[in-house]
Amino acid sequence: MSVATVFEIMLAAVVLGLGIWTIAVRETYSATVGFVAYGLLLALIWVRLGAVDVALTEAAIGGGLGGVLLLGAAARLRDADQMVAETPGKVTRASAAALSMLTAAALAGAVLLLPNSASTLAPTVIAHTWATGLTNPVTNVLMAFRAMDTLLEKVVLLLAIVGVWSLAPDNTWGGHQGPRHRADPDGILVFLARLLPPLGIVVGIYLLWTGANHPGGAFQGGAVLASMWLLAIMAGLTDTPPVSSRRLRLILVVGPGLFLVVGLGGLWLGAAFLAYPPALAKPLIVGIEIAMIVTIAATLGLLLAGVPERSAKR
Amino acid sequence: MSLVRDIITIVAVSAGAFFFLAGTVGLLRFPDTLTRLHALTKADNLGLGLVIVGLLPQAASLRDGLKLVGVWLLGLLAGATVSQLIARTARQGETAK
Repeated sequence: MSVATVFEIMLAAVVLGLGIWTIAVRETYSATVGFVAYGLLLALIWVRLGAVDVALTEAAIGGGLGGVLLLGAAARLRDADQMVAETPGKVTRASAAALSMLTAAALAGAVLLLPNSASTLAPTVIAHTWATGLTNPVTNVLMAFRAMDTLLEKVVLLLAIVGVWSLAPDNTWGGHQGPRHRADPDGILVFLARLLPPLGIVVGIYLLWTGANHPGGAFQGGAVLASMWLLAIMAGLTDTPPVSSRRLRLILVVGPGLFLVVGLGGLWLGAAFLAYPPALAKPLIVGIEIAMIVTIAATLGLLLAGVPERSAKR
Repeated sequence: MSLVRDIITIVAVSAGAFFFLAGTVGLLRFPDTLTRLHALTKADNLGLGLVIVGLLPQAASLRDGLKLVGVWLLGLLAGATVSQLIARTARQGETAK
Protein backbone atom coordinates (compact mmCIF):
# COMPACT_ATOMS: atom_id res chain seq x y z
CA MET A 1 0.00 0.00 0.00
CA SER A 2 1.56 3.27 -1.06
CA VAL A 3 1.82 6.40 1.07
CA ALA A 4 -0.76 8.10 -1.17
CA THR A 5 -3.31 5.34 -0.52
CA VAL A 6 -2.79 5.55 3.24
CA PHE A 7 -3.27 9.33 3.02
CA GLU A 8 -6.46 8.90 0.97
CA ILE A 9 -7.94 6.36 3.40
CA MET A 10 -7.18 8.67 6.34
CA LEU A 11 -8.69 11.63 4.49
CA ALA A 12 -11.86 9.70 3.70
CA ALA A 13 -12.14 8.53 7.32
CA VAL A 14 -11.70 12.07 8.66
CA VAL A 15 -14.31 13.44 6.23
CA LEU A 16 -16.81 10.73 7.18
CA GLY A 17 -16.16 11.28 10.90
CA LEU A 18 -16.49 15.04 10.51
CA GLY A 19 -19.75 14.58 8.59
CA ILE A 20 -21.22 12.44 11.36
CA TRP A 21 -19.97 14.89 14.02
CA THR A 22 -21.52 17.84 12.15
CA ILE A 23 -24.91 16.12 12.19
CA ALA A 24 -24.66 14.85 15.76
CA VAL A 25 -23.30 17.97 17.51
CA ARG A 26 -25.88 19.99 19.40
CA GLU A 27 -24.81 23.65 19.02
CA THR A 28 -25.60 25.30 15.70
CA TYR A 29 -22.28 27.18 15.80
CA SER A 30 -20.18 24.02 16.23
CA ALA A 31 -22.09 22.32 13.45
CA THR A 32 -21.34 25.27 11.15
CA VAL A 33 -17.61 25.18 11.92
CA GLY A 34 -17.65 21.42 11.35
CA PHE A 35 -19.39 21.92 8.01
CA VAL A 36 -16.80 24.46 6.83
CA ALA A 37 -13.93 22.11 7.73
CA TYR A 38 -15.85 19.31 5.99
CA GLY A 39 -16.11 21.42 2.82
CA LEU A 40 -12.38 22.20 2.79
CA LEU A 41 -11.40 18.54 3.31
CA LEU A 42 -13.88 17.51 0.62
CA ALA A 43 -12.05 19.87 -1.75
CA LEU A 44 -8.85 17.90 -1.00
CA ILE A 45 -10.66 14.68 -1.97
CA TRP A 46 -11.71 16.24 -5.28
CA VAL A 47 -8.06 17.18 -5.91
CA ARG A 48 -7.01 13.57 -5.24
CA LEU A 49 -9.67 12.44 -7.74
CA GLY A 50 -8.18 14.80 -10.34
CA ALA A 51 -11.30 17.01 -10.45
CA VAL A 52 -9.57 20.32 -9.73
CA ASP A 53 -12.45 22.38 -11.16
CA VAL A 54 -14.86 20.79 -8.69
CA ALA A 55 -12.32 21.20 -5.88
CA LEU A 56 -12.05 24.94 -6.54
CA THR A 57 -15.84 25.31 -6.52
CA GLU A 58 -16.20 23.21 -3.36
CA ALA A 59 -13.55 25.24 -1.53
CA ALA A 60 -15.05 28.56 -2.65
CA ILE A 61 -18.73 27.72 -2.10
CA GLY A 62 -18.82 24.84 0.41
CA GLY A 63 -15.94 26.05 2.56
CA GLY A 64 -15.99 29.81 1.94
CA LEU A 65 -19.21 31.58 0.98
CA GLY A 66 -21.49 28.80 2.27
CA GLY A 67 -19.66 28.98 5.59
CA VAL A 68 -20.26 32.73 5.84
CA LEU A 69 -23.95 32.23 5.07
CA LEU A 70 -24.30 29.49 7.71
CA LEU A 71 -22.36 31.49 10.33
CA GLY A 72 -24.78 34.38 9.80
CA ALA A 73 -27.73 32.00 10.15
CA ALA A 74 -26.19 30.48 13.31
CA ALA A 75 -25.76 33.95 14.84
CA ARG A 76 -29.42 34.73 14.14
CA LEU A 77 -30.54 31.39 15.55
CA ARG A 78 -28.47 31.76 18.75
CA ASP A 79 -31.39 33.23 20.68
CA ALA A 80 -33.77 30.73 19.14
CA ASP A 81 -31.51 27.85 20.29
CA GLN A 82 -32.49 28.44 23.90
CA MET A 83 -36.11 28.92 22.99
CA VAL A 84 -36.45 25.52 21.35
CA ALA A 85 -36.14 23.54 24.56
CA GLU A 86 -38.89 21.08 23.69
CA THR A 87 -37.62 18.06 21.75
CA PRO A 88 -39.72 16.57 18.96
CA GLY A 89 -41.98 13.69 19.90
CA LYS A 90 -41.09 10.02 19.67
CA VAL A 91 -43.14 9.44 16.52
CA THR A 92 -41.47 12.33 14.68
CA ARG A 93 -38.00 11.15 15.63
CA ALA A 94 -38.72 7.54 14.73
CA SER A 95 -40.16 8.47 11.32
CA ALA A 96 -37.23 10.83 10.62
CA ALA A 97 -34.81 8.00 11.46
CA ALA A 98 -36.76 5.55 9.27
CA LEU A 99 -36.80 8.01 6.36
CA SER A 100 -33.06 8.69 6.68
CA MET A 101 -32.25 4.99 6.79
CA LEU A 102 -34.46 4.34 3.76
CA THR A 103 -32.67 7.09 1.80
CA ALA A 104 -29.24 5.79 2.85
CA ALA A 105 -30.23 2.23 1.88
CA ALA A 106 -31.52 3.42 -1.51
CA LEU A 107 -28.28 5.33 -2.15
CA ALA A 108 -26.15 2.37 -1.07
CA GLY A 109 -28.21 0.07 -3.32
CA ALA A 110 -27.83 2.44 -6.26
CA VAL A 111 -24.04 2.54 -5.78
CA LEU A 112 -23.79 -1.25 -5.47
CA LEU A 113 -25.93 -1.81 -8.59
CA LEU A 114 -23.74 0.43 -10.79
CA PRO A 115 -22.33 -1.44 -13.79
CA ASN A 116 -18.61 -2.20 -13.46
CA SER A 117 -17.60 -0.20 -16.49
CA ALA A 118 -19.52 3.03 -16.04
CA SER A 119 -20.84 4.51 -19.28
CA THR A 120 -18.90 7.72 -19.77
CA LEU A 121 -18.94 10.53 -22.28
CA ALA A 122 -15.47 11.73 -21.26
CA PRO A 123 -13.64 10.31 -24.34
CA THR A 124 -16.21 11.94 -26.62
CA VAL A 125 -15.68 15.27 -24.86
CA ILE A 126 -11.89 15.01 -25.18
CA ALA A 127 -12.22 14.01 -28.85
CA HIS A 128 -14.27 17.13 -29.66
CA THR A 129 -12.00 19.67 -27.98
CA TRP A 130 -11.15 21.09 -31.42
CA ALA A 131 -14.74 22.32 -31.85
CA THR A 132 -14.32 25.24 -29.44
CA GLY A 133 -10.60 25.97 -29.28
CA LEU A 134 -10.62 25.65 -25.47
CA THR A 135 -8.60 22.81 -23.96
CA ASN A 136 -10.21 22.57 -20.50
CA PRO A 137 -12.80 19.80 -20.97
CA VAL A 138 -14.86 21.03 -18.01
CA THR A 139 -15.24 24.50 -19.53
CA ASN A 140 -16.11 22.85 -22.86
CA VAL A 141 -18.92 20.87 -21.24
CA LEU A 142 -20.19 23.84 -19.22
CA MET A 143 -20.05 26.48 -21.93
CA ALA A 144 -20.54 24.54 -25.18
CA PHE A 145 -21.64 20.90 -25.04
CA ARG A 146 -24.11 21.39 -22.18
CA ALA A 147 -24.44 25.17 -22.36
CA MET A 148 -28.22 24.90 -21.84
CA ASP A 149 -27.70 23.56 -18.29
CA THR A 150 -25.32 26.39 -17.44
CA LEU A 151 -27.71 29.00 -18.83
CA LEU A 152 -30.56 27.64 -16.70
CA GLU A 153 -28.26 27.52 -13.66
CA LYS A 154 -27.57 31.24 -14.00
CA VAL A 155 -31.30 31.92 -14.26
CA VAL A 156 -31.71 29.97 -10.99
CA LEU A 157 -29.13 32.28 -9.35
CA LEU A 158 -31.20 35.23 -10.53
CA LEU A 159 -34.37 33.69 -9.06
CA ALA A 160 -32.53 33.13 -5.77
CA ILE A 161 -31.63 36.80 -5.48
CA VAL A 162 -35.25 37.76 -6.25
CA GLY A 163 -36.22 35.37 -3.45
CA VAL A 164 -33.90 37.14 -0.98
CA TRP A 165 -35.23 40.54 -2.04
CA SER A 166 -38.84 39.48 -1.64
CA LEU A 167 -38.25 38.76 2.06
CA ALA A 168 -38.00 42.51 2.64
CA PRO A 169 -40.78 44.18 4.62
CA ASP A 170 -42.79 46.76 2.67
CA ASN A 171 -41.06 49.83 4.13
CA THR A 172 -37.55 48.72 3.15
CA TRP A 173 -38.41 47.38 -0.30
CA GLY A 174 -35.87 48.76 -2.75
CA GLY A 175 -33.46 49.56 0.09
CA HIS A 176 -29.96 48.41 1.02
CA GLN A 177 -29.37 44.76 1.87
CA GLY A 178 -28.00 43.77 5.26
CA PRO A 179 -26.88 46.02 8.12
CA ARG A 180 -24.50 48.94 7.55
CA HIS A 181 -21.27 47.53 8.91
CA ARG A 182 -18.98 49.76 10.91
CA ALA A 183 -15.46 48.91 11.95
CA ASP A 184 -12.60 50.77 13.63
CA PRO A 185 -11.04 52.72 10.71
CA ASP A 186 -7.55 52.03 12.09
CA GLY A 187 -8.44 48.43 12.97
CA ILE A 188 -7.08 45.25 11.50
CA LEU A 189 -10.27 44.37 9.58
CA VAL A 190 -10.18 47.63 7.64
CA PHE A 191 -6.46 47.10 7.03
CA LEU A 192 -7.16 43.65 5.57
CA ALA A 193 -10.07 44.97 3.51
CA ARG A 194 -7.69 47.52 1.95
CA LEU A 195 -4.77 45.13 1.49
CA LEU A 196 -6.42 41.98 0.16
CA PRO A 197 -8.91 43.04 -2.58
CA PRO A 198 -6.30 44.16 -5.16
CA LEU A 199 -4.71 40.72 -4.85
CA GLY A 200 -8.09 38.93 -4.81
CA ILE A 201 -9.31 40.78 -7.90
CA VAL A 202 -6.20 39.70 -9.83
CA VAL A 203 -6.71 36.09 -8.66
CA GLY A 204 -10.41 36.17 -9.63
CA ILE A 205 -9.69 37.47 -13.14
CA TYR A 206 -6.81 35.01 -13.49
CA LEU A 207 -9.18 32.12 -12.59
CA LEU A 208 -11.61 33.29 -15.29
CA TRP A 209 -8.91 33.68 -17.95
CA THR A 210 -7.06 30.45 -17.21
CA GLY A 211 -10.39 28.55 -17.18
CA ALA A 212 -10.21 28.21 -20.98
CA ASN A 213 -7.29 25.81 -20.78
CA HIS A 214 -6.76 24.93 -17.10
CA PRO A 215 -9.01 24.37 -14.07
CA GLY A 216 -10.92 27.54 -13.29
CA GLY A 217 -13.71 29.55 -14.83
CA ALA A 218 -16.29 32.25 -14.32
CA PHE A 219 -17.92 30.65 -11.28
CA GLN A 220 -14.74 30.12 -9.26
CA GLY A 221 -13.42 33.54 -10.27
CA GLY A 222 -16.78 35.14 -9.46
CA ALA A 223 -16.77 33.54 -6.00
CA VAL A 224 -13.34 35.06 -5.27
CA LEU A 225 -14.49 38.50 -6.48
CA ALA A 226 -17.68 38.20 -4.40
CA SER A 227 -15.68 37.44 -1.26
CA MET A 228 -13.47 40.48 -1.83
CA TRP A 229 -16.57 42.65 -2.18
CA LEU A 230 -18.07 41.16 0.98
CA LEU A 231 -14.83 41.83 2.87
CA ALA A 232 -15.01 45.50 1.90
CA ILE A 233 -18.71 45.62 2.89
CA MET A 234 -18.06 43.95 6.27
CA ALA A 235 -15.22 46.37 7.01
CA GLY A 236 -17.65 49.24 6.35
CA LEU A 237 -15.57 50.57 3.45
CA THR A 238 -18.50 50.32 1.07
CA ASP A 239 -22.21 49.60 1.23
CA THR A 240 -24.53 47.24 -0.61
CA PRO A 241 -26.27 49.05 -3.47
CA PRO A 242 -29.98 49.76 -3.02
CA VAL A 243 -32.13 47.05 -4.57
CA SER A 244 -33.96 49.71 -6.61
CA SER A 245 -30.70 50.69 -8.38
CA ARG A 246 -31.07 50.31 -12.14
CA ARG A 247 -27.34 49.76 -12.58
CA LEU A 248 -27.38 46.89 -10.10
CA ARG A 249 -30.25 45.20 -11.89
CA LEU A 250 -28.45 45.61 -15.22
CA ILE A 251 -25.36 43.91 -13.75
CA LEU A 252 -27.49 41.07 -12.43
CA VAL A 253 -29.02 40.29 -15.84
CA VAL A 254 -26.05 41.01 -18.12
CA GLY A 255 -24.52 37.50 -17.80
CA PRO A 256 -27.59 35.35 -18.49
CA GLY A 257 -28.86 38.05 -20.89
CA LEU A 258 -25.77 37.89 -23.12
CA PHE A 259 -25.82 34.08 -22.91
CA LEU A 260 -29.44 34.07 -24.09
CA VAL A 261 -28.75 36.55 -26.92
CA VAL A 262 -25.82 34.45 -28.17
CA GLY A 263 -28.00 31.34 -27.88
CA LEU A 264 -30.80 32.91 -29.93
CA GLY A 265 -28.19 34.10 -32.43
CA GLY A 266 -27.21 30.44 -32.86
CA LEU A 267 -30.82 29.64 -33.64
CA TRP A 268 -31.03 32.45 -36.18
CA LEU A 269 -27.65 32.12 -37.91
CA GLY A 270 -26.56 28.57 -37.22
CA ALA A 271 -27.71 25.09 -36.55
CA ALA A 272 -29.55 25.31 -33.24
CA PHE A 273 -30.18 27.23 -30.04
CA LEU A 274 -26.79 27.87 -28.37
CA ALA A 275 -24.86 26.52 -31.37
CA TYR A 276 -21.75 28.68 -31.79
CA PRO A 277 -20.24 29.19 -35.26
CA PRO A 278 -16.96 27.17 -34.99
CA ALA A 279 -14.74 30.08 -36.07
CA LEU A 280 -16.20 32.37 -33.39
CA ALA A 281 -16.67 29.77 -30.64
CA LYS A 282 -13.77 30.82 -28.43
CA PRO A 283 -14.35 34.61 -28.50
CA LEU A 284 -18.08 34.07 -27.91
CA ILE A 285 -17.49 31.73 -24.95
CA VAL A 286 -14.90 34.04 -23.37
CA GLY A 287 -17.23 37.01 -23.92
CA ILE A 288 -20.12 35.22 -22.21
CA GLU A 289 -17.82 34.23 -19.34
CA ILE A 290 -16.63 37.83 -18.84
CA ALA A 291 -20.24 39.05 -18.63
CA MET A 292 -21.03 36.10 -16.39
CA ILE A 293 -18.25 36.69 -13.85
CA VAL A 294 -19.65 40.18 -13.18
CA THR A 295 -23.15 38.78 -12.66
CA ILE A 296 -21.93 35.86 -10.53
CA ALA A 297 -19.80 38.08 -8.29
CA ALA A 298 -22.69 40.50 -7.73
CA THR A 299 -25.25 37.72 -7.19
CA LEU A 300 -23.14 35.68 -4.74
CA GLY A 301 -22.22 38.83 -2.82
CA LEU A 302 -25.84 39.98 -2.52
CA LEU A 303 -27.10 36.48 -1.65
CA LEU A 304 -24.84 36.65 1.39
CA ALA A 305 -25.49 40.29 2.24
CA GLY A 306 -28.95 39.47 3.61
CA VAL A 307 -32.48 40.78 3.36
CA PRO A 308 -33.07 44.44 2.41
CA GLU A 309 -33.46 46.08 5.84
CA ARG A 310 -32.67 49.78 5.33
CA SER A 311 -34.73 52.01 3.07
CA ALA A 312 -32.86 53.65 0.20
CA LYS A 313 -33.75 57.25 1.09
CA ARG A 314 -31.42 57.74 4.07
CA MET B 1 22.01 16.67 -5.40
CA SER B 2 18.54 15.20 -5.24
CA LEU B 3 19.50 13.36 -2.02
CA VAL B 4 20.37 16.70 -0.37
CA ARG B 5 17.06 18.15 -1.53
CA ASP B 6 15.14 15.16 -0.20
CA ILE B 7 16.89 15.44 3.18
CA ILE B 8 16.01 19.15 3.42
CA THR B 9 12.38 18.30 2.58
CA ILE B 10 12.11 15.50 5.13
CA VAL B 11 13.72 17.54 7.92
CA ALA B 12 11.75 20.74 7.29
CA VAL B 13 8.35 19.09 6.73
CA SER B 14 8.82 16.94 9.85
CA ALA B 15 9.69 20.06 11.87
CA GLY B 16 6.59 21.76 10.43
CA ALA B 17 4.43 18.77 11.35
CA PHE B 18 5.87 18.95 14.90
CA PHE B 19 4.79 22.59 15.23
CA PHE B 20 1.31 21.71 13.95
CA LEU B 21 1.12 18.94 16.55
CA ALA B 22 2.36 21.25 19.32
CA GLY B 23 -0.10 23.95 18.24
CA THR B 24 -2.99 21.47 18.28
CA VAL B 25 -2.02 20.13 21.72
CA GLY B 26 -1.86 23.74 22.96
CA LEU B 27 -5.28 24.49 21.44
CA LEU B 28 -6.77 21.54 23.32
CA ARG B 29 -4.92 21.99 26.63
CA PHE B 30 -4.48 25.73 27.25
CA PRO B 31 -6.92 27.34 29.68
CA ASP B 32 -8.28 30.49 27.93
CA THR B 33 -8.87 32.05 24.52
CA LEU B 34 -5.72 34.20 24.37
CA THR B 35 -3.29 31.40 25.25
CA ARG B 36 -5.09 29.06 22.84
CA LEU B 37 -4.66 31.66 20.07
CA HIS B 38 -0.98 31.89 21.01
CA ALA B 39 -0.68 28.13 20.47
CA LEU B 40 -2.52 28.31 17.13
CA THR B 41 -0.28 30.99 15.68
CA LYS B 42 2.72 28.69 16.13
CA ALA B 43 1.02 26.13 13.88
CA ASP B 44 0.07 28.80 11.33
CA ASN B 45 3.32 30.70 11.13
CA LEU B 46 6.12 28.23 11.88
CA GLY B 47 4.36 24.99 10.98
CA LEU B 48 3.09 26.15 7.58
CA GLY B 49 6.33 28.08 6.96
CA LEU B 50 8.52 25.03 7.60
CA VAL B 51 6.29 22.80 5.44
CA ILE B 52 6.61 25.34 2.60
CA VAL B 53 10.40 25.58 3.10
CA GLY B 54 10.50 21.80 2.92
CA LEU B 55 8.44 21.72 -0.30
CA LEU B 56 10.46 24.44 -2.07
CA PRO B 57 13.35 22.11 -3.12
CA GLN B 58 10.73 19.85 -4.75
CA ALA B 59 9.09 22.66 -6.77
CA ALA B 60 9.32 21.98 -10.50
CA SER B 61 9.87 25.61 -11.49
CA LEU B 62 10.50 29.05 -10.02
CA ARG B 63 6.82 29.84 -10.67
CA ASP B 64 5.66 26.91 -8.55
CA GLY B 65 8.06 27.96 -5.79
CA LEU B 66 6.74 31.52 -5.83
CA LYS B 67 3.18 30.18 -5.64
CA LEU B 68 4.13 28.15 -2.53
CA VAL B 69 5.65 31.23 -0.89
CA GLY B 70 2.49 33.16 -1.86
CA VAL B 71 0.37 30.54 -0.09
CA TRP B 72 2.45 30.96 3.06
CA LEU B 73 2.23 34.77 3.00
CA LEU B 74 -1.56 34.67 2.49
CA GLY B 75 -1.83 32.11 5.31
CA LEU B 76 0.18 34.42 7.58
CA LEU B 77 -2.01 37.40 6.70
CA ALA B 78 -5.26 35.49 7.27
CA GLY B 79 -4.02 33.89 10.50
CA ALA B 80 -2.74 37.14 11.98
CA THR B 81 -5.94 39.02 11.10
CA VAL B 82 -8.31 36.39 12.43
CA SER B 83 -6.30 35.96 15.68
CA GLN B 84 -6.47 39.73 16.27
CA LEU B 85 -10.23 39.79 15.63
CA ILE B 86 -10.91 36.79 17.89
CA ALA B 87 -8.68 38.18 20.65
CA ARG B 88 -10.41 41.57 20.51
CA THR B 89 -13.87 39.97 20.67
CA ALA B 90 -12.73 37.77 23.58
CA ARG B 91 -11.44 40.79 25.54
CA GLN B 92 -14.61 42.77 24.91
CA GLY B 93 -16.58 39.76 26.14
CA GLU B 94 -14.47 39.71 29.34
CA THR B 95 -14.96 43.40 30.13
CA ALA B 96 -18.69 43.05 29.47
CA LYS B 97 -18.86 40.34 32.17
